[in-house]
Parts: sequence; C-alpha cells; structure tokens
Amino acid sequence: MIEINQLFRFTTAGSVDDGKSTLIGRLLYDSKSIFEDQLDDIEKTSQKKGFDGIDLALFTDGLRDEREQGITIDVAYRYFTTPKRKFIIADTPGHVQYTRNMVTGASTANAALIIIDARNGVVEQTKRHAFIASLLHIPHIIVCVNKMDLVDYDEKVFETVGAQFREFASKFLVQDIHFVPISALLGDNVVHRSSQMGWYQGGPLLHILETMYIGSDVNRVDARFPVQCVLRPQRDDFRDFRGYAGKIESGVFRQGDEVTVMPSGLTSRIKTIDVYENQLKEAFAPMAVSFSLEDDIDISRGDMIVRSKNKPTPVKEMVAMLCWFSNSSLKPRTKYCLQHTTNKKMALVAEVVYKIDVNTLSRDTEDIELGMNDIAKVKISTAGPINVDSYQKNRITGSFILIDISTNETVAAGMVI
Amino acid sequence: MSKYYLNYLDELESESIYVLREVWAQFENPVILFSGGKDSIVLTHLARKAFYPLNIPFPLLHIDTGHNFPETIAFRDTLAKRLKVELLVASVQDSIDKGRVVEEKGKNATRNALQTVTLLDIIDKEKIDCAIGGGRRDEEKSRAKERFFSHRDMFGQWDPKNQRPELWHLYNGAHFEGEHFRAFPISNWTELDIWNYIKRENIEIPSLYFAHKRSVIWRNGSWIPFSDFLQLNDQDEVVEKKVRFRTLGDITITGGIESNSDDIDKVVLEVAAMHSTERGNRADDKRSETAMEDRKKQGYF
Repeated sequence: MIEINQLFRFTTAGSVDDGKSTLIGRLLYDSKSIFEDQLDDIEKTSQKKGFDGIDLALFTDGLRDEREQGITIDVAYRYFTTPKRKFIIADTPGHVQYTRNMVTGASTANAALIIIDARNGVVEQTKRHAFIASLLHIPHIIVCVNKMDLVDYDEKVFETVGAQFREFASKFLVQDIHFVPISALLGDNVVHRSSQMGWYQGGPLLHILETMYIGSDVNRVDARFPVQCVLRPQRDDFRDFRGYAGKIESGVFRQGDEVTVMPSGLTSRIKTIDVYENQLKEAFAPMAVSFSLEDDIDISRGDMIVRSKNKPTPVKEMVAMLCWFSNSSLKPRTKYCLQHTTNKKMALVAEVVYKIDVNTLSRDTEDIELGMNDIAKVKISTAGPINVDSYQKNRITGSFILIDISTNETVAAGMVI
Repeated sequence: MSKYYLNYLDELESESIYVLREVWAQFENPVILFSGGKDSIVLTHLARKAFYPLNIPFPLLHIDTGHNFPETIAFRDTLAKRLKVELLVASVQDSIDKGRVVEEKGKNATRNALQTVTLLDIIDKEKIDCAIGGGRRDEEKSRAKERFFSHRDMFGQWDPKNQRPELWHLYNGAHFEGEHFRAFPISNWTELDIWNYIKRENIEIPSLYFAHKRSVIWRNGSWIPFSDFLQLNDQDEVVEKKVRFRTLGDITITGGIESNSDDIDKVVLEVAAMHSTERGNRADDKRSETAMEDRKKQGYF
C-alpha cells in the first residue's frame, strides 16, 4: 500500500505549559491516528477533570504516576502513518531535571521539534532543547512558534521569535532549521493550513515532516559493520558456512570488496552477502545482513568489518562529551564497562575537562563533579582498543554508553569528539 | 533520491533482527514467548530470518491457560515441527493443581492474570534469562514506555519509573543471577505494520484471523466465542455470526468483530480503516484505566 514509504523519527521536548502534549495530540487527532475507544477514554477523563471539550494532551500521558501528576517523566513513543511516511515520535519531558530523557529521545531522531510559546519567545528551556539537539547531532530542527492565536496571528511576532532563535542557534552546528507558526489548540498549521495566517508561505507542520529530505541523514561514505554474532550451522547443506551477522551501521558494502577486520587488521574479501535465503550484490545501512568471507580468519562479536581503504581509528584514549544519567555521581578513577557498538571494554574517566551549564552554555572548569543530568567534556581511557569515528561523522560508531559494574545500570552516554 | 534507502517495513525488520541477535549474543538461555497470536508468529518469522541458515537457536515458550482456541494449539504444534524448534509448554492448570494460584470466580472470571505466576515459575525453573515477547508500544499506554531490553528484578517485577535509558541502539542486558529480561524486538511496529508484513512475507497465520462462521455471545461490547469454558447466564444468547479476531488470547476473553474479511488483502484494508484499537476487544484491559501497567509491574507479558 505504501511501498516506498520511509520511516521518520522525531523527538519533542517541552513542558505542559508550552503546549507540547497538545501539539502531539493535535497531530495525531487531525491525521486521524486516534482511535475511537482511545478518544472515548480521553473524553471521559477530560470531563472528570472539568475540561470543556477534550483535552488532547491526555493522549500522550502514559503511566499511572504521570496521569495522576499531569507530567511526562519518561520517554514515550507514539506512532502514526500518513500515505507518505511512517512516523515515530519520542515524546520527552522538557524540564532540566529530565535532560537525560531528552538526550535519550534525541539519540535516534531525524528531527527535533522545538516548541516556543509565541508570547514568551526564546527562553532558557528553548536554548536547552536546541543545545541538546545539536549535541546529539539531530540533522533537522523544526521550530514551532505556538499559541499564535494568543498574539493575533501577528507576523511580526513570528519574525521576532525566528530572529531570536537564529541568532542564538548560530553558535551551534545545526544543518537545517525550519520555522512554522502554529496554534496546536486550534489546529492552525499543524495538519491543515491556517486560514488566519495568509502571510505564511510555508507548509503546515505535517507537510514539512512528510516532505523533508532525510536521504543524507545516514552516513553513506564510511562502511562499518560491527559483528553481532557468528552463524555456524551444523547442517550438511551448509557444511563450511560461517556467517558474520550484524547490522550495517553506515556506508555500502559490495560482494568482492576488500575488507579489514578491526582490531586484528586481518584482511579478506566479501564472498557473499546474505539476507535469509537471498544473496545480494550490495547492501547498505541500516540493513541487517550476514557476510561470508573468502578466507577463514578469526572473527568474533565485538570485531568490526570495514572496507580496507577506509578504516576507523582504534584508540585506547579518547575525548568525548558525556551525559551523566545516574543518581550516584561519577567516581574518579572507578572502572566502568564501556559499550561501543557490539564491543565492551573496561574504561575509566581519566579527566573531566569542563562541565556545561545547559541553561547558559557556560563552561565550568572548577566544579567538575558529574551528577545526574550533567553534561561534560571528558577524557576516557579504555583497557583495549575501541574502533571509533567522531560522533559528528557517525552517530553509531561515534557513540557509547557506560555501565556501572556494581549495579549493571547504564550510568552515562558519550559522544566521541 | 538515492537508491540507498529502505522502505519502512524493511527498516523495522532490520531493527527487529538486530535486537534478536543482540538477545542471542547477550543472554545464555533466551526463549520466545509464543502465544499463537499474530505478533508472536511474526516474531518467530523474524527469528527464523535473523539466524538463517541456523534453526532458531532457542525454544518457543507457550503459557497455556487451558482455555485455548483449538486452532491455536494445532497451529503452534505444526509451526514448531516445521521450523525444527524446541517447544516448551507451561500450564496454568498445573499451577492451579499445585495450589500456586487460585482460579477467579464469577461470570467474568478469566485465567489471564494467573498466567503471570505460571510464567515466572517456568522462568525460574528453566533458568530463562531473557523472555522475548511480541509486545508493541502502540498497543497500550503503559507499553509505550517499554524498552527493547526491559529489566525484571528477582521477583519478576517491572519498575517503570526506574528503567535503564536506551540510546541509539546500545542495549544493556547486564543482570545478576535470578533476574531476567524481557526483550521486545517489534516495539516500533503498529498493528497495521504487522498486517502489511504478514501480507508481504506471505506468513501463515491461524484461520481465526479471517472471517468465519462461529457460535458467539455478545458480552462487554464484542462477540465472545462460545466454548466449554464460558459460564453462561440467563441473558446470554448464543448466536451464529461471521466474525474474525484481531488478537488471540484466552478464549474466554477474546472478543471477535463482525467481518467479511476472509483473506489477507481484505484484512489489511479493514485494519487500515479501523476506528478502534485492537485491545478494545480484550476484557483483560478493561478492568481499570491502568490495568495493563498494574499487571506488567507484577511480571505479566
């Protein structure tokens, strides 16, 4: 039915006040993605809470505590499909104490929706969201200037907010920014074009989401294949078969390519690229495939197969931006388990270079204790080589998490500089 | 546009295969929770693809409430045999006989909630460290916050407020002995994605999903199949209807909808035009606004 339809992931950050939940509710409602029984539930709850009509924001509330407190405390995923694309929304809370949730939602997103209350313009929270979007290298940002109905749909207000944001965002590396004036509550320029803002030449939000070019969001240059597991069937018809299974994280591989296995440095050629019962001439990110090679060489989980002419850098020391997730703060010289693609190595944070205040973006070199939600530039040492690219170039081979070996919890996420 | 992009079904498939391989690599003793429903059938199909040319390298686990559609059991046994995969069955009836659980009473009694104990008991007994489920985030509001790798403590409990963050696709399956994980490889699929994929891959599913004539009674807003397990009262009227099922669970609580969709093309079109969620016909979710979350915290699927 929708054969060439692409998957598009976007993240939203915001609080109840700026209308984020209402915007998502509106997007789902007007694109006919809310089912009748869900709507019935929402209507009932809206009445209980004394709402006139339905509170669209209720649609995005999930867990019991959130429903009781009226806040979003985690990342919730929402889905909708239009004839053009399938959308995955990572809906995250916007307050500073949920920085880690925003970082999580941002990690896989093609685009970030940043919602600004037209009456207030760019505020501290806007800056924080934009900073996180740029830190996580989200390729596209869509700035929704909301509540236009409360400023008489005034073009000047929209222009002023846009100028404020552009000036502020010039400090970051953001490739692609769009601006759209909306009223989530009344539905202006969300799914349908507003009749109130004839001065706005662009399309409504959904149109932007449906038509935005995302072909260059994935790295197509550097061929990287972290090995997940080795398939060795004990079957007569596959006697000598050895398949290296994994997901192509970036770039393109072709049958016959000369490849190097990292970190051993051994080389061979790709004999077959298998997907179930089919063999392919070439495969590209993000396909899950298995390779067989011409030569019988030692390869196991955690190794990375790359094209011999374009290799990542094996390092035991690196500089990274780190976001701390845990209640217990970073302990200097303590060993953590670093997980990078399918590879795990013991690691420690050798130095905290500076900590960033996510509201002012100022750097602090004095107070360098890392607690929950802190973001810092750090130096990390690992017990063995890790095959990294810079996060700027490659969001998968440039990222890692740290696991506390005494609790098994994920305590931090890092991006290699 | 470059030729190097995937359509959404291929991308979902690739993500799920990646998650299944991560489970196999990170855990000693995983199983696929197999209910005989379409989601677990798709999951099994994906596992077949993920490890080919190996047979699926871990068992299917069926939690048998004893209140089954006969079609489901026949389908389960045929599939396991065809794929040469080990089948584990844990029975709720056994848990009742051993006194581990007590059967609910009354007209709306079901064995749905009892399954949790049976499930946790076999996880403990077989030392299962990861149970792979066909849960999807679009199904229900508390599922919307599930992780791909979801931790369960020593008591099998889920703590939704204290979940491990999942970034990019780095899944942390580290755990202590006695704890286990639930993995949800098809988290990002919707009901319509499942149907489109079944159609594209030509996956065999139980005939119950297609419109057929059946004896049913009207209860709680849907057509409940007449069976030996159903307690009737005076008002209940058994009638013959052409129905199909959107989900398959315990036969006492799985409601059908009236439909003429008797092949996959018609079902896909019907689902695309649906006005209510598939779980709207499941009595187990209707007990309270947070019924699913409450059960999941205890260790439910």
